[in-house]
Amino acid sequence: MSEAPLLSVENVAVELPTPRGNLRAVDRVNLTVGAGRTLGIVGESGCGKTMLSRAILQLLPKKAKLSGRVMFDGQDLLLLSPEKLRKLRGRSLAVVFQDPMTSLNPVLTIGTQLIETLQEHLELDQATATKRSVELLAAVGIPAPEQRLTQYPHQLSGGMRQRVAIAIALSCEPKLLIADEPTTALDVTIQAQILDLLAREQRRRHMAMILITHDLGVVAGRTDEVAVMYAGRVVERAPTPALFKKMRMPYTEALLAALPRIDAAPHTPLPAISGRPPDPTRPLKGCSFSPRCRYAVARCHSEKPDLAQAETPEHQYACFHPIESHVVVGV
Amino acid sequence: MATLELSLDENASALPARRGRRLGLLFWFAIGWMTLIFAVAIFANVLPLPSPTDMDMLERRASFSMEHWLGTDGLGRDELARLIYGARISLVVGLCAPIIGLTIGGALGMLAGYFRGRFESLVVGSMDVLLAFPPLILALAVTAYLGQSIFNLTCILGVLGIPAFMRVARASTLTLARREFVIAAQALGATHTRILLRELLPNVLLPLLAFFLLGVAVTIVVEGALSFLGLGVPPPISSWGSMIGEGRESLEVAPRLAFLPAIAMFLTVLSFNLVGDTLRALTDPRQGAL
Repeated sequence: MSEAPLLSVENVAVELPTPRGNLRAVDRVNLTVGAGRTLGIVGESGCGKTMLSRAILQLLPKKAKLSGRVMFDGQDLLLLSPEKLRKLRGRSLAVVFQDPMTSLNPVLTIGTQLIETLQEHLELDQATATKRSVELLAAVGIPAPEQRLTQYPHQLSGGMRQRVAIAIALSCEPKLLIADEPTTALDVTIQAQILDLLAREQRRRHMAMILITHDLGVVAGRTDEVAVMYAGRVVERAPTPALFKKMRMPYTEALLAALPRIDAAPHTPLPAISGRPPDPTRPLKGCSFSPRCRYAVARCHSEKPDLAQAETPEHQYACFHPIESHVVVGV
Repeated sequence: MATLELSLDENASALPARRGRRLGLLFWFAIGWMTLIFAVAIFANVLPLPSPTDMDMLERRASFSMEHWLGTDGLGRDELARLIYGARISLVVGLCAPIIGLTIGGALGMLAGYFRGRFESLVVGSMDVLLAFPPLILALAVTAYLGQSIFNLTCILGVLGIPAFMRVARASTLTLARREFVIAAQALGATHTRILLRELLPNVLLPLLAFFLLGVAVTIVVEGALSFLGLGVPPPISSWGSMIGEGRESLEVAPRLAFLPAIAMFLTVLSFNLVGDTLRALTDPRQGAL
């Protein structure tokens, strides 16, 4: 980790004005992603994962207030002109969205969407762009790619559409791919295929990836580092093996415990996390997880823990009473 | 696994999702009538018709004959010729005015719906002013100042149509601009122009075109009303509205002089409405697999 990372997010906070007051969607988040590496961001719905990815892409809603610094490839994205930023997007930074139903334009053919992206960024002529499109579609595992070019998104299945969305995102060889819950809208058998595809293309292109998900199981085997988010903050951050070997934050533990286990006896009740996340427009004085945490003591309710270091400098957690015992996980 | 998906896909696309719906006899009648009207209006000059303006004072209000298929009007002019030449005016005004509304209103609506903010308030506000202004008074004022001509008439009716088109375009842009494919396009580095023209326009165009056909029908009626009031095309030229107006004077003697252009207008407006409705139903995103 001596050289500068490809992406570093420093103290990024996003505030959204709502009729009920300012909503702190992302709260002072620090993250880094090195070239060719994979970062998993895990958290439940509404914890700020998507807002963080939009903040990196500078695609926040107009009213949102963004502070902090996003360094990408030696440039501060917050200080770039809209024109430079536009050129960076697509070519160096790409994104795959959750729902391939809505992330493709319903009235344009697959070919139009793919070919125009290629022409726009790489200034290819029609024939070369078409050839490249066919190669890309073949690379993401779409059979009969030439025929697909003339089809509309609604003529493809969900898995196929997501493959097309990935092909479009990969078309200009980005350095960083943000996959925002790429498998949430797909059924389980397709999920693994799509994740394998992303991993394969990532290795082949030596591309960095941020994999955003609510499923700890998804990040387990496929990421180098994991950041667990809760109520807009990163509450635990560690290299993947270290996190699964010894997690310190009670929220991470609760999240993992809520996963169904293949080796559990039939009819074992799933331990769900009781309660709901705090209202983001009324920030708590103490730790955001304290109302739901079974280890919480008085100090947790009155004081906010900062990200502190565990045994290794890479492993950080925000908790006054980290879990000490070893948890054996079967993921 | 991949081959399994492929075979499933082909089965799904082999089923015609839209072709299965019957368009109905009425729709084809409407298309037939529209084709007929367009054909005679376009080829009026080459058809073997008597002049629509030549008067024959000896044959005033003559009834149907081999010489005058639909008789003559109060000044002895051939009724069929006047109907066909009247169709030209009604169609030219009826098509050109909504095109003005479609272009200007559609562009304003898309820009307002996409960029929001102050520009949107300005556009919506000025459109509300235009809507609140009595259209007949505006038409009267403009024809009084600029004189009666087909061009002026088209412009007035076109401007009056802008707010409606703006609203349709803005409403669909507002919902579309939040869809993920627009954010995806931005994330791919598309410019605003590109997003508006390539991503949004094809989507907004479907409801706009369906609305356009209804706009044509409404404009033909309004043009008829203006001509009936004597604000439409200047006299020797005939339009359906002015023919109804002239026929009014001889309603007891020759009611056909008012009824024939009225029937022509009724059938044409009905056809545009039917076709417009059918097209709207066909492009309804709830039914299609958008």
